[in-house]
Amino acid sequence: MHYDVVIAGGGNAALCAAIEAQQQGARVVVLEAAPPPMRGGNSRHVRNVRIAHDAAMGTLTGPYPAAEFLEDLMRVTDGITDPVLADLTITRSAELWDFFESHGVRFQPSLGGTLSLGRTNAFFLGGGKALVNALYRKAAQLGVDIYTETEVTGLDIDNGFFCGAHVRRNGSSGLVRGRTFIAAAGGFEANLDWLTEAWGDAARNFLIRGTPYNRGAVLWLLLNKGVQTVGDPKQCHAVAIDGRAPKFDGGIVTRLDCVPFGIVVNEAGDRFYDEGEDFWPKRYAIWGRLVAAQPNQIGHVLIDAKSLDLFMPSVFPPECADSIEELAVKIGLPPDKLRATVDAFNAACAPGDFDHTVHDGCRTHGLTPEKTHWARPLDTPPYYGYTLRPGITFTYLGVKVTPEARMVMADGTPAANMFAAGEIMAGNVLGKGYIAGIGMTIGSVFGRQAGEGAAHVART
Amino acid sequence: MSLALDDTTPTPNQAEAARLFTICNACRYCEGLCAVFPAMERHRVFEPGTVDHLANLCHNCGACYYDCQYAPPHPFQVNVPANLTAVRHESYARHVWPGPVRGLFARNGLWITLLAAFSVAGFIGGFVAWHDPTVLFGVHVGEGAFYRLMPHNGMVALFGGVFLFALLAMGLSVRAFWLATGAQERIGAGAFWQAMQDALRLRYLDGGGAGCMNESDTPDDRRRLYHHLTFYGFLLCFASTSLGTVYHYGFGWQAPYAWSSPVVILGTLGGIGLLTGPVGLAIAKLRRDPALRSDAAADMDMAFLVMLFLTSLTGLLLLVLRATPAMGPLLAIHLGVVFALFVALPYSKFVHGLYRFAALVRHAAENRAAG
Repeated sequence: MHYDVVIAGGGNAALCAAIEAQQQGARVVVLEAAPPPMRGGNSRHVRNVRIAHDAAMGTLTGPYPAAEFLEDLMRVTDGITDPVLADLTITRSAELWDFFESHGVRFQPSLGGTLSLGRTNAFFLGGGKALVNALYRKAAQLGVDIYTETEVTGLDIDNGFFCGAHVRRNGSSGLVRGRTFIAAAGGFEANLDWLTEAWGDAARNFLIRGTPYNRGAVLWLLLNKGVQTVGDPKQCHAVAIDGRAPKFDGGIVTRLDCVPFGIVVNEAGDRFYDEGEDFWPKRYAIWGRLVAAQPNQIGHVLIDAKSLDLFMPSVFPPECADSIEELAVKIGLPPDKLRATVDAFNAACAPGDFDHTVHDGCRTHGLTPEKTHWARPLDTPPYYGYTLRPGITFTYLGVKVTPEARMVMADGTPAANMFAAGEIMAGNVLGKGYIAGIGMTIGSVFGRQAGEGAAHVART
Repeated sequence: MSLALDDTTPTPNQAEAARLFTICNACRYCEGLCAVFPAMERHRVFEPGTVDHLANLCHNCGACYYDCQYAPPHPFQVNVPANLTAVRHESYARHVWPGPVRGLFARNGLWITLLAAFSVAGFIGGFVAWHDPTVLFGVHVGEGAFYRLMPHNGMVALFGGVFLFALLAMGLSVRAFWLATGAQERIGAGAFWQAMQDALRLRYLDGGGAGCMNESDTPDDRRRLYHHLTFYGFLLCFASTSLGTVYHYGFGWQAPYAWSSPVVILGTLGGIGLLTGPVGLAIAKLRRDPALRSDAAADMDMAFLVMLFLTSLTGLLLLVLRATPAMGPLLAIHLGVVFALFVALPYSKFVHGLYRFAALVRHAAENRAAG
C-alpha cells in the first residue's frame, strides 16, 4: 500500500494530523504501537487544552487573550521558546474549541480542585481517553487507515527525503511506503535506559507517569538520520508523586498535594528543602528533582490530623500511627532520628494564623532549611506518612521544526516531506518548565499544521 | 450471593466499589458525565451505605468505562459500571422487606418463571373449575363480558390485595434503603421536584450529553428511548386500568369498552410501548459489551422485561380477540401474567426505579444543601 501521508504515533497530535490530511483528500495511515485499550500515548491521561479566547465561551469562564497566554508561556519557559512558533501556537489555539467540538469531542466545566484553570483551559468531558476515542472514531469515519500494535522499527530516509517506514506487527515485519511522513510518536520518557544516560542509575528508581509506549523509538531513528534537535537532552519534567504508584501509567491519581502542609524527610530522617516556599502548583515540578537527588530517590511527607482534609484525596491511603516513632517504624525510618527532626521542627514553628489559601505568616525560625509558610507543629495524632518518588511526565528533547511543522535537517534546511507534531517537537515552543494544557495546545496546533502541510506536499 | 446482614461490613462488591471510588476521587475526569461522580466527591470514606446510594444513583450509561484511563488492562482495573451494577443488584436484596425473602433476588428469573406458570395455570384451572367448558370457550360480548368468567368483585379483591401488598413491601424496602444510606438532609419539595424531573427525563442516562455507551465507545441514545417507551407504556397501562376502575365504580360502565373509549386508547398506546420498549432493552442487553455486564443482575433484568412484554402481548391479544372463543383462555392467561407481575413486583427489577428515585432525591437534596 502506498499512502500520501504516513503517521507514526496514535495520540492527539497524530490524530489531529490524520483528520486534517484526510479531509484535504490525502490517503492517510496511522501507525500506533500500543494495543487498542492503551492507544493514544499520553493523550490518554490529559485533562484539558489551553486555548486563547477573547470572551467567555462554553465552559470557559472568562477571556484569555493571546497576549496573556504569551506572557504565561514566556514566564514558565524563561523565554526559551521559538517566538514564531510560540505565536503560531497561541494564535491557532483559538480555533481548537470548534475543531474538537466538530469532531465529536465534548467539554465539561473545570474539575473540582482546578478552579484556577476554568478561565484558561477547556476540560475534556471524560478526560483524555474520551478525547482519544472521539478522534479515533472521527478518523476511522473519514477513512483513515489505522493500525494499532504496529511499531515503527526503521525509516527509509534518503538525504532527508522520506521513502517508507519499516513496521512490525504481530511478529511480522513490513514496509509502509508514503509520499510524506509525520512523526507524532511522543518523547522517550518511558525508556529507562535513555533516561539513565542523562540521570545515571538514579533514573532506574524513577516512576513514569504516562504510557509505557513512549520509548522514543521514532525520535531516536530521526536523530540518527540527520534531523536537527531542539531542547535539553538531559531535562525532563519530573514531579514528586506517590512512591507506591505503578512503574508506568499511574497518571493523575498518583499526585500528592500535601507537601506544603507537613514536612518532607529523606531516608535518613532529615529534612532537605523548604516545603512552604510557595503554593504547590507553582512548586510541584521542582520536588521531582529534589527527591531524585536524595538517597534511593525516596522522600516521605509527614502530616498530622490537622491537615488530612486540606488537599485532594490521593489514591493510596497514607500510613497512619498514633506516635511519630510508630509511624517511623511503619515507613522504615530511624525512629529516634525522625523524632528529633520533628521536635526540632515543632520547636522552630512560630505561632501565627494558618491560612493555606494565602502566603501566611506561619514559618519556622532558626531551622535549616526553614519552612517559610504554612508551618504548624506536627502535634495532633494520628500522624500520616506518604512516600514520594520522582515521577517523569515528559522529556524536552525533540526535533526542530519550521512553522509548517516541517522537520529541519542538521544543515538548517527544511526537510522536503517530513513533518513532526506533538511531544516529539514540543521543545520548540516549551523549552523549559510547564503550564497546564500547553502540551495539548502544541500537539493539536502542530498536528493540524503537519496534516495540512503533508497533504499539500503529497498533492504536488 | 454473599450478603452482609449488618450495614457495617462491606460485601466484596462494596469493598471493590470503595477501592474504585478512591481512584475516581483522586482523578475526577468523569465529573461531568453524571450525578455519581459529583456525589462521590462529597466523601472521602465509602461506607457500605454510601456505596449503595451511589450505586443506585448510577444509571449504567457505560460512558465512564470507555472514558477511563485506568480501565483494564491498566493495573488499576477500573470498571465502575460493572461493579455498581453488581452492588445495585445486591442492594435490592439487602434492603428488601420482608428480609427472609432476600434469596428471591438470587435466582430471580427462575422463580418468576415458575410463579408466572403457576399463576396462569391457576387462573385457567379456576375458570374451568367454576364454569363448564362451554362458558370458558364461549363467545361473550357486550358489557360485563369478562365478568361472566370471573366476577368483578373477585378480580378487585384478588388484584387489589396483591397490589396493596406490593405497595407495602416496596414502601418498607425503600424506607430501609433510605435509612441505611444515611439520610441527613431535610427533603424539601424542591429536591423532590428536581428528582422527578431527573427521573422522568432519564437525565443521567446520556453520558454527559453524548448518549449512553452500550456496545462500544460509540454513544447513542437508544437505551433511553427504549426505557421511555417501557416506562411511559407502563404508566399509560396503569392510567387505563385506573380510568376503568373509575368508570366501573363511578359511572357503572362495565368493561369491555369500545375501541374508541379512552380506557382502550390509553391501554393500547401503553401496550405498544410495553411491547417495543422491553424488546429494545432486551436486544440492547444482549448486544451489551461483555465488559459492562454483571451476570448476577442479568437474569433479573431479563425476567422483568419478559414479564412486561407478556403482560402487554396478552392484553393486546385479549383486546383484538375479545369477541371470539379465544377470549376465555386469553383472559385467564392475561390475568395470570398480570397477577404474577404484581406479586413479584417488590422482588423484581421493578424496584430499581424506586431505589434510583430515592437516590436522586438524596442527590438533589445534597446539591441544595451545598448551594
